[in-house]
Amino acid sequence: MTDMVYREALKAGIREEMLRDERVFLLGEDIGLNWGGAFKVTKGLAEEFGVERVRDTPISENTIVGAAVGASITGMIPVAEIMFGDLITLAMDQVCNQAAKMRYMFGGQTSVPLVLRTVFGGGKNIASHHSQSLEAWFMHTPGLKVAVPAFASDVKGLIKTAIRDPDPVLFAEHKLVYDKKEEVPDEEYLIPFGEAKVRREGADVTIWGTFIMLHKALEVAEELQKEGISVEVIDPRTLVPLDKKTLIESVKKTGRLVLVTEETKTGATTAEIAAIVQEEAFDWLDAPIKRVNAPDTPVPFSPPLENYFIPDNKRIAQAVRDIV
Amino acid sequence: MAVDKKTLKELFTRTLKTRLFEEKVWDLFGENIVPGTLHLCLGQEAVAAGVSVALKDSDWIQSSHRGHGHVVAKGADMSAALAELLGKKTGSCKGKGGSMHITQFDIGVLGATGVVGSGLPIAVGAALSCQMRKTDDVVVCYFGDGASNNGTFGESLNMSSIWKLPLVWIVENNFYAMGTPIKLTCPSSTVAQRAEAYCIPSKVVDGNNTLEVYEAAVEAVKRAREGGGPTLIECQTYRMKGHSRFDPAKYRPQEEADYWLSDEKDAVNVIQKIALEQGAITEKEAEKIREKLQKEVDKAADFAKKSEFPEPEDALDDVYAEAI
Repeated sequence: MTDMVYREALKAGIREEMLRDERVFLLGEDIGLNWGGAFKVTKGLAEEFGVERVRDTPISENTIVGAAVGASITGMIPVAEIMFGDLITLAMDQVCNQAAKMRYMFGGQTSVPLVLRTVFGGGKNIASHHSQSLEAWFMHTPGLKVAVPAFASDVKGLIKTAIRDPDPVLFAEHKLVYDKKEEVPDEEYLIPFGEAKVRREGADVTIWGTFIMLHKALEVAEELQKEGISVEVIDPRTLVPLDKKTLIESVKKTGRLVLVTEETKTGATTAEIAAIVQEEAFDWLDAPIKRVNAPDTPVPFSPPLENYFIPDNKRIAQAVRDIV
Repeated sequence: MAVDKKTLKELFTRTLKTRLFEEKVWDLFGENIVPGTLHLCLGQEAVAAGVSVALKDSDWIQSSHRGHGHVVAKGADMSAALAELLGKKTGSCKGKGGSMHITQFDIGVLGATGVVGSGLPIAVGAALSCQMRKTDDVVVCYFGDGASNNGTFGESLNMSSIWKLPLVWIVENNFYAMGTPIKLTCPSSTVAQRAEAYCIPSKVVDGNNTLEVYEAAVEAVKRAREGGGPTLIECQTYRMKGHSRFDPAKYRPQEEADYWLSDEKDAVNVIQKIALEQGAITEKEAEKIREKLQKEVDKAADFAKKSEFPEPEDALDDVYAEAI
């Protein structure tokens, strides 16, 4: 085991796959020699693998993703990067109409083995065009797989699985977890999609969440332990496929569920999870399901505004207390 | 360019085959057994025929929403193609795609797409893949004059040029984007002029003359195969029918329609006349070829009609490589 930050663990996973399979290549804006990616995830890879395989592109999001699609159906395994999740709006046709639907609308004639890396989330005071959490859009698009790694030990195993997956994977990262450190296994490992991880076991209430909210939920759980409230924390790790089993089993044990994400509330992943739980575990619920999300507004800029927008430990703790 | 008799005969055959296929589709539509809508390439056959004869089997084509001709001219299994148009289980896409997604991957069709302009980025990726895998395969991307006003046109031409990709851009300029005449949407007199901005050589040809299309395609394919980068060929042509199945195309001026739809401009007549004049075929041979092709098309239609529809629950298959 080695202590590693999320960013380095992610890069290590990509690097291992590039060494293993020469079909794997990276493309995106400023991922190469001069910059190494806006969040430095690919720093050093262009030096090691060359500018052909770590390819800087023009600012052309739709064609970056489209090129990944075209390359993937003809024998390559592209890992495309969209610098900010917000900019995926410029590539939605290629992501949702092409990559996601090709296998289906062509009757299974082709696989689309590509990975689309991008980063969601606020907390950096970079306002409405660089801070959104849009993962629900992609969870709502059949044909895509959606990975949401929140911890360093998960991101490495998940990126390797994503690269080997025959289907297109939206690999969502979060700005505030890049520097989170954790022990990461030294030996090669893959984490299967559709397997949630119970990050903390508890008996009284289940918290299900994503990204930085999981880190906050773990802090809250620690706090509430002192009050005698035992919190279980579940990280889905992938939204598609979704591990319902781990979640349902947990709800059956605790009887209470709090859903926490940074998304704006209406139509968020948390709404889907709430619906699933009431369909499949209604009789085990001892209290209404609570949702902790951002308000239905664009992400604001000014620190007090953004701090109000993003759910904090206090709000998460309050939601738990409300139903225990 | 001296074109040998065998090639001239092939150009005639390929043009006629495409015509007879589309006429059959029109007939089946008349029988009211084609679900949904259709974008026929009747009148534009010379483009796909001329380009296809310039390609080798392992070359790729990216089709558009008006794709029947592209696929047939590249050598599609016509039975599977017609079965697809009728929504049958034996269709090349198992009835999941239909007219707008008519695709046969095994003969080098990357896909046909319902989103105008969306094929260009995919062609960039396929060409990048051919280049990175060090094959000598070439990618042809068909699109209409309408698509040249989409952002993907600029993004994709630019990327193909900076990376010197083995790509041939084929603009099928039929002068109407649905019902909007090109003079209302394009300030230049040709689409080809736009290529200059991306340092891509271009040529305007008579898109109703299979030989002219072929000659331009041979030069462009040669340049692409030898590492010389992309070329754009604007093929000026005209729809015999409207945009889609119920469009009588009344918006086109009579004089213009009379010119393009005259016997002298008809794509089959043009190449037949050339082939006859140059002694590549005799009248009798031409008739024999027609009879043989008609039989093939009739047989394919018979197969399509007799084929079963998919089971309703087949709708759930082919979303992912393995059901999740």
